[in-house]
Amino acid sequence: MSGRLAANARVVAALGARSVRQTVRRPQLAAPLIIFPTLLLAIQTGGAGGAVDLPEFPDVNGFLDFMLAGAMVQSCLLAGNTGGIALALDIEMGFTDRLFAAPVSRYAVVLGRLAGTTVLGAFTAVWFITIGLIFGASIEEGLLGALWIVVLVASTALAFGSIGAAIALRTNSASVVQGLFPLVFVVLFLSSAFFPANLMLEPAASVAEYNPLSFIVEGLREPIIAGFDGGDELLAVVSVLGVGAFGLWMCALALTGRVRRGV
Amino acid sequence: MNARQSFEAIRALMRRAINELTRVPGAAIPGVLAPTIFFLGLTSVFGSLTLLPGFDTTSYQSFLIPVTLMQGAAFTGAATGVNLARDIEHGWFDRLLASPAPRPVLLAGLVLSASFRALIPATFLLIVAFAIGVEWPGFGGLALALVIVMGMGIVAATWGASLALRFKTQSAAPLMQAGMFLAVLLTTAYAPLELLQGWLQDIARLNPVTQVVEAARQGFIGEDITWAGTWPGLLAVAGLAALFTFMALRAMGKMTA
Repeated sequence: MSGRLAANARVVAALGARSVRQTVRRPQLAAPLIIFPTLLLAIQTGGAGGAVDLPEFPDVNGFLDFMLAGAMVQSCLLAGNTGGIALALDIEMGFTDRLFAAPVSRYAVVLGRLAGTTVLGAFTAVWFITIGLIFGASIEEGLLGALWIVVLVASTALAFGSIGAAIALRTNSASVVQGLFPLVFVVLFLSSAFFPANLMLEPAASVAEYNPLSFIVEGLREPIIAGFDGGDELLAVVSVLGVGAFGLWMCALALTGRVRRGV
Repeated sequence: MNARQSFEAIRALMRRAINELTRVPGAAIPGVLAPTIFFLGLTSVFGSLTLLPGFDTTSYQSFLIPVTLMQGAAFTGAATGVNLARDIEHGWFDRLLASPAPRPVLLAGLVLSASFRALIPATFLLIVAFAIGVEWPGFGGLALALVIVMGMGIVAATWGASLALRFKTQSAAPLMQAGMFLAVLLTTAYAPLELLQGWLQDIARLNPVTQVVEAARQGFIGEDITWAGTWPGLLAVAGLAALFTFMALRAMGKMTA
């Protein structure tokens, strides 16, 4: 039993490492994770930075401090999408079929991809913390806050990656997963990722109040702009667990469906 | 090849581009969907910015619509570059180069089709914009905005074509799209010049696309359309189009040298 577990763990580690290497080597997979959110962070900070003078805007050192959490979740969502595209490409090229025919658990094959997405999520968290600190942002909660951010961003990438993987397993088509790219921005704009929900226009403001992504964003933002608060962090963890559980359940259903169809 | 034959060649190339749209209507969807999502999303998120002193309108939708019109034109124009790269990869463009059509004629066929295709996202965006309450810019303001959209379609298409002819691969697509994306957003896209943060204010002041956005914006934010507010934008479009046309023709020349 423990031997089989160890074998599956080795498969997860190997496929996770492959997934990270694949993303680093293919600019079209790496760019959405880092370049696009960084550019948008710079442009939105420069363009809408005056927003900190609005009444009811949270007390922050600067707009960059406020925006960092938004850039990180944007990166997580795009990591989930690109992870799904990469898995769908593997399916289209027959690589996944060969893995499914091997004497390893199908779940380990999917978890390998998700392990890679998790590592990439942690990397993007470190990237944005570094960028933020270089350009004058500060993390009120200090080192502990930074560690919390890395863990939460990595977990968020895993959670959204599971949804991307489920769609890839269900559709077997990279272009379908790629077609969901605009949806990422719909979800982002309907959350407090880029602006306080109370200052957004209706109906987006009401949707943002209850969007799980807003809870995750606030869980990342609080240690940066104010310090740990407890409530926001708890809501963020519950949201990540909820999204992750939903995504993994969808993956399990898709895998079962593939077995039933003999794929 | 005389003028009439050149015109026929341009018309045939434009018809081919339109055929692509009628045969694969889905190909136009990303160019329409992306700016629409950005328009609706950004206005919902940053709509309160108009409360800041210095904003020259109370409607952020009206302030932002010219930017998204430019984005739509930019995406459509960049798609022309991607299609050209595909034609180069498949060898179809080699056959065009071997034909007696002069190179400027080949380029004109591509970029003029892009200028008309840019009207597709613009039309859709304007319908959505007016439906959610964007200020009517007047017929003059609307006509000016559409002329500028077509001009930006040409700018983006010549930019995309110059990269496609240089790199000869569809892998250059992100460069074509990102270049235009940045050119449009590093302007007074989000706020008036005086409200931008220092570094972006400096870039926006130097970026010629700022003049293009400002010219297209006049009617939407209730300003009178003036020649003083229009000519810098038209000049910027003409200058950028000339520069990228030169780069594209140069790359085309090297391709067969």
